[in-house]
Amino acid sequence: MGLEQFKNRNVGQQNYVMLDLEHTPQTGMGKFRQVVRRTFKAELFVGLWVTMREMINALFRGQMHTVKYPLEKLPISPRYRAIHEMLRLLESGHYRCIGCGLCEKICISNCITMDTRYDENQRKEVSEYTINFGRCIFCGYCAEVCPELAIVHGPRYETASEQRASFSLFEDMLTPIDKLNLQQEYDGFGAVTPNADENIKKTPLAY
Amino acid sequence: MSEVKTVENMVAITIDGKTYHAKEGEYILNAARANDVFIPAICYLTRCSPTLACRLCLVEADGKQVYACNAKVKEGMEITVDTPNILAERRAIMEVYDVNHPLQCGVCDKSGECELQNYTLELAVDSQSYAIPDTKREVKDWSSVLHYDAGLCIVCERCTTVCKDMIGDAAIGTTKRGGEALDKSYKETMPKDAYAMWNKLQKSIIAPSNGTDFTDCSDCGECTAVCPVGALTGRDFVYASNAWELERVPATCAHCSSGCQIYYEKKHTSVFDRSEKIYRVTNEWNYVSLCGAGRYGYDFENRIEGKDEAAFNAAIEAFKKAESIRFNSVITNEEALMLQTFKEKMGVKLVNPDARAFQKFLSTYAKAAGQSLYSYDFKEVMATDFVISIGAALRNDNPNARYAFNNVQKMNKGAGLYFHPVGDTLVPTFGKNVEVVTHKVGQEEAALYLILDLFADKEKLPKEVKAYLDGFKSTATKTVKEKVMKEVTESVIDEETGEEKTVTKKVPEMVEKEVTVERNGLVEILGKESDAFAETFEKMMKKKERFSMIIGEDLYFHEKAENIARLVALIEQTTPVRVAMIPPKTNSLGVALICDLDEEATGYTVGYNENGDFRLSALGDGDLDMPAMNQQEGTLTNMHKRVTPTNAALEFKGYELNDLMKVLTGAPELTVDWTEKLPTDKGFKTAKFDDLPNGYLNDGTENRGYALENITCKAEDISVEPFDEKSVLEGEIVYRCNPQRQFNDFSDKAHEIFEGFGLYASPAKAEMLGEKVEIDFGERSITVDVIVDDRMEGEITALADFRSAADVYGLFGNARYRKVTMRKV
Repeated sequence: MGLEQFKNRNVGQQNYVMLDLEHTPQTGMGKFRQVVRRTFKAELFVGLWVTMREMINALFRGQMHTVKYPLEKLPISPRYRAIHEMLRLLESGHYRCIGCGLCEKICISNCITMDTRYDENQRKEVSEYTINFGRCIFCGYCAEVCPELAIVHGPRYETASEQRASFSLFEDMLTPIDKLNLQQEYDGFGAVTPNADENIKKTPLAY
Repeated sequence: MSEVKTVENMVAITIDGKTYHAKEGEYILNAARANDVFIPAICYLTRCSPTLACRLCLVEADGKQVYACNAKVKEGMEITVDTPNILAERRAIMEVYDVNHPLQCGVCDKSGECELQNYTLELAVDSQSYAIPDTKREVKDWSSVLHYDAGLCIVCERCTTVCKDMIGDAAIGTTKRGGEALDKSYKETMPKDAYAMWNKLQKSIIAPSNGTDFTDCSDCGECTAVCPVGALTGRDFVYASNAWELERVPATCAHCSSGCQIYYEKKHTSVFDRSEKIYRVTNEWNYVSLCGAGRYGYDFENRIEGKDEAAFNAAIEAFKKAESIRFNSVITNEEALMLQTFKEKMGVKLVNPDARAFQKFLSTYAKAAGQSLYSYDFKEVMATDFVISIGAALRNDNPNARYAFNNVQKMNKGAGLYFHPVGDTLVPTFGKNVEVVTHKVGQEEAALYLILDLFADKEKLPKEVKAYLDGFKSTATKTVKEKVMKEVTESVIDEETGEEKTVTKKVPEMVEKEVTVERNGLVEILGKESDAFAETFEKMMKKKERFSMIIGEDLYFHEKAENIARLVALIEQTTPVRVAMIPPKTNSLGVALICDLDEEATGYTVGYNENGDFRLSALGDGDLDMPAMNQQEGTLTNMHKRVTPTNAALEFKGYELNDLMKVLTGAPELTVDWTEKLPTDKGFKTAKFDDLPNGYLNDGTENRGYALENITCKAEDISVEPFDEKSVLEGEIVYRCNPQRQFNDFSDKAHEIFEGFGLYASPAKAEMLGEKVEIDFGERSITVDVIVDDRMEGEITALADFRSAADVYGLFGNARYRKVTMRKV
């Protein structure tokens, strides 16, 4: 294997334009000449014109570049790690969490705690689940380790609150049942790789 | 297991080219484990018979494939653990185990402690070649504590093996699963052992052996401990916590004198309640088996909010004016030593009825035998092949004594003699060579004389005793029918030649014969047919080499306990039988060695977990709260003559006895600072608490605390009295005996122990008694519920003594059997 691909460090598309810049004057006379030239060349108005043009574009031609936060927000990467979300199964609407406790185990700041119980349907029920966001460092391990893609990181990055330590319970993070159709599949850490199907070996089944 | 490793009984074996030493007659698997060599095996349990269900332990020994769990080591044996063929077998076996095993490891209670998971990874099973339609297997609750998820079961039969070979209940067994037959083509294509194992696996599943949906057993939960997968669990623990979240605290079980090694496993109570809680108790099941009280009786802690200074000051005052202190044996050695020190400085009386009786018995025995302690521990009992039990309700008094008795029958092709007045239907099921002698109450001496007669070297016996024993012998003539081979001469005509020939044939014939038989009056006194007993005994004695005797509480509380103690010493002196004693309660042995006990409490009495004018209590109902046994550290002296450490699993926020002693007599900083002060003249060692280990080595060596030194002195000449027919009790008799899984107030407090306080009776007797009775002891009476115990037989009823508030010890006085009158209520 050649190493060419590693030597090309220009990642992404390059549309650099080399500017034709004059040399900085070295002598006193040269500096004086530059000042005189710039003063009488009306370069000031070039700058003013650029401002004017952009204002007109923004106000009258609909080319505004400013994001009006908090009225407007930029879309963020699916790999961004903000406040956790608990997803539901799309078919049944039941929460995906099976109560395996791996997130609780892997959490390096010990901020996840859960209680489980044996429920009436002989299943493991998650009776309580909480994340202490005062301690969470948003490392994403919980989402990565989750075998069911039940706990994921959502895009809610505004975490300012009156208290430093604010807790979240299971219900707070769970997709509201009436908004199940809006639930987004998570593409961040721990999500299924695009070529997952190719890596699966089938188990023989007798039925 | 407890045998000393001497050069004579060791053999040299080679495993994968390396030389190791192993005990002669040991299984290859055990020898390998003792030497830290890994041979995979799922179904084998160290102290039980090989099941041969998993077949993973296949090894090559001297060029032949054998199962390591079932083949014994021989001098010079060459063993190869892995050969290509064996590896193929093992891989196929693991694939078979994974067929249709639910992929719900995420929620399984085994949470990673799974042997199926481990071996699947160890043998690198990454694909599956076999398939069969699954069968629906129901989840069942077998009893108030046992939960069985048949879907997860791999039918290794470890549960059934331990239940039969160790516990003795044999309450579960394999039954038909109704699974489909294997595809014929597998027989040719699959490795041989894997096919055989699959064939068996596909047919069976575990179920209660009594044919119902519920087990009829002592609810010890040992089956849940040995289960390699998540199929068997305690009902309370199902989906309660992942194993890795729990912190293990090594401890000693505080319920009975067995002092088993346990781990308390604890974590916070819930998301909202961060105080710690014990979730379950686990044990090193290869080396120690727990009972139901040990496994499920763990939540007896005394939760209090903080230090109550007023109560503490009141306690100081109470101690200052106390004339006696009453306590029981659920107490550490350190606390016993504190009380003894307090007695020495302040001259109070120490009263502890159970330990007092045992102390007197032990000291009489010690003088007669010339050693401060009994000879055998219960591990040594387990290694014998003939075990006798006298004076112990084996099923109730001490689970480990019962396990030892049962294990001898199952593992050592042993025999057992069980002397007890209360009929029991379980003991005879331990083995076909178990002889149960249900004698009358008070005939324990006769039973001991019988043992002398049966086992003693007549030369060694004192003349009077020999003459006394001979006095019971009589001869009688008896007509017996006997088969005799008789020669008959016939003349036969040969059909071909026509010649006449004489032929002699042997023909069996029944002949009546007069024989003189020796009758043993002792056997007849104990209620057995002399001839029949002699015959069974002869059968029992075949090929027996090591003999042990378990003696229990009945003897310590016997009217003639001193004579009995001397008789026991005489038995050890003149017979090959070695004695192991069951101390009545948790630390009775420790208390008996450490404290000077008095008979009766007088005047102002401080009670520690007992009745008194001022009560220190770890039950939360006293005048000053004390930590319960799972909240304090210290040592306990168990019946295996070991001083074992126990650690605090849960926090205790109040005062300890040591705090009281600091004010009263002066005491070191910590309770465990007393450990090194335990009396060395009684066999204790000056060891620091923190230096005491608490675990087992790979070869099963018990590495817990230290063994008490058995101090020898000059034995006195033993003179024993003949037994007295007058001490025999007849009529309505009540026996002081706890139900299984109940030992004291603490086991009673635990939420998973359901056995109630009351009068236990056989089904027939219970029907006669009705629901409630008033038992009149003469001076006092008590009204209790009647509870049926299916395994009891006969007229004698058993009154539980685990509730100290009911003062059952007081009712019975210095006896374990009392004649009473009962009235229906």
